[in-house]
Amino acid sequence: MDRLLFLFATGLARGAVFALFALSLVLIWRAARMINFAQGAMALVATYVAFAATAATGSYWIGLAIGILAGAATGWGAERGVMRFVPHGRPLTGVIVAIGLVMVLQAVLGFLFGPQFRPMRTPFDDSPITVGGIPLLSPYDLFVLITALVIMAGLALLFTRTSLGLQLRAAAFAPEVSRILGVRVSRMVTIGWVLSSAVAALAAMLLVPTELGLNPHATDMLFVYAFAVAVVGGLDSPAGALLGGLTVGVAMTLVTGYLGATAAPIGVLVLLVVVLLIKPGGIFSMKEVRGA
Amino acid sequence: MSGALKIDDLVVGYGGAPVLHGVSFDLAPGEIVAVLGANGAGKTTLLRSLAGLVPAAAGALELDGIDLRSLRTEDRARRGFALVPEGQSVVGELTVDENLRLGALWRHRGRSRDRAVDGIYELFEPLARRRASAGHQLSGGERQMLALGRALIAEPILLALDEPSLGLAPLVVSQLMGTLRDAAAARGLTVLLAEQNVTSALSIADRGIVLDLGNVVADADASASDLAADETLRHAYLGF
Repeated sequence: MDRLLFLFATGLARGAVFALFALSLVLIWRAARMINFAQGAMALVATYVAFAATAATGSYWIGLAIGILAGAATGWGAERGVMRFVPHGRPLTGVIVAIGLVMVLQAVLGFLFGPQFRPMRTPFDDSPITVGGIPLLSPYDLFVLITALVIMAGLALLFTRTSLGLQLRAAAFAPEVSRILGVRVSRMVTIGWVLSSAVAALAAMLLVPTELGLNPHATDMLFVYAFAVAVVGGLDSPAGALLGGLTVGVAMTLVTGYLGATAAPIGVLVLLVVVLLIKPGGIFSMKEVRGA
Repeated sequence: MSGALKIDDLVVGYGGAPVLHGVSFDLAPGEIVAVLGANGAGKTTLLRSLAGLVPAAAGALELDGIDLRSLRTEDRARRGFALVPEGQSVVGELTVDENLRLGALWRHRGRSRDRAVDGIYELFEPLARRRASAGHQLSGGERQMLALGRALIAEPILLALDEPSLGLAPLVVSQLMGTLRDAAAARGLTVLLAEQNVTSALSIADRGIVLDLGNVVADADASASDLAADETLRHAYLGF
């Protein structure tokens, strides 16, 4: 029972990061109708920048801030420099371009930093706090969980309560009508990429220190899990990303805890296949409602 | 701000084949002009090229002396040109309130935006009851009210509507036309109304222009009973 509680709590923290990364995929999907397969590699570039900034300044927080800015800049560069030129209505072309981008970025990172694992610092202790004799979250897990939830709440407010959010949503759902109403749709697409990449960068920076460490493939599995989360939750649904992320995080931690680490990816893939078979639009997809 | 539109020798085509062959006419400030014609006459293309959604190949477009052709679609909207496009122009995923706020972005901020939205609800009472409903949940008539309300809240100087009566019951159409006429008169709006529904369009228009195969074939004052009464025009172009 103690073990179940411990795994559940750790799973929530890990799930919040999956949710955050999945949310970044949802943001791009909504802004540009594209699944950005390069999201992991782009977030990794930002994480390396954060690593270098922390090494140079000695401050985790400066590294984190610069890493988020680097993530935003990567998103801007990817959209303005590459993705903007992918023809509309050709989703496969976008996917192939994104995979090409992954290869280029990973090669450049390998060239600059080498293939070895580099340890990343955490700002808080990573050993669990015991409450009433039961080990629960570590202070770092708590930091991760709170940060992820605060960012998601902030994004929800941005999208539902501000004019920028209204324009972002309108441009995503109805680009032509939005232009007729004066919304600069292409700028909204760029902002969508910038926001999304900054969020993905933050998620990667939160997860990498407690996983194996920083290397040119550090975010590969994060992308796969978050992609599963986004599909399970419904690519159009931010709430689905949150709930899907927490579900996958907890499920994965439980499977790891009881069946071993090698079983976890299999568990996630089984979940992905089952959801795709039963509800191809994702558990929280709005397709049925929208058919009205 | 007055709303004088000048269209001179406008040529528009999709990939080489021209749809409009040198269309010319003017709209005086505050005038309501009906653009009539059968399917394929070029009404939609004319309106889309005014909005900048289809580039003009040649000719001049001026709104109060400003060259519209040099402006992007978004900037034409911000300069006071509102288009209510044909069919489903309400953003179905956004609520009624959000659709209206989207229209109000450039003219109103903060409190003034709330007041402008309330003003539209006074104009279209059925919308007020549905302010929190998503656009895709509305009836056809409610959608067209919302599309018109969203255009009016932007306080345009020139309003163009593409077949607003399409698919609506006659009673709803006459209410919509009445609201349009009153709102235009109250605001001194210039209106360009493209319609296949000749009777309802001419019921509120000052002038009627008949398009056929991309050419202006008639331009008459719409005590425009003249237009509707002209046997040749009726049979040839208006189909009734």
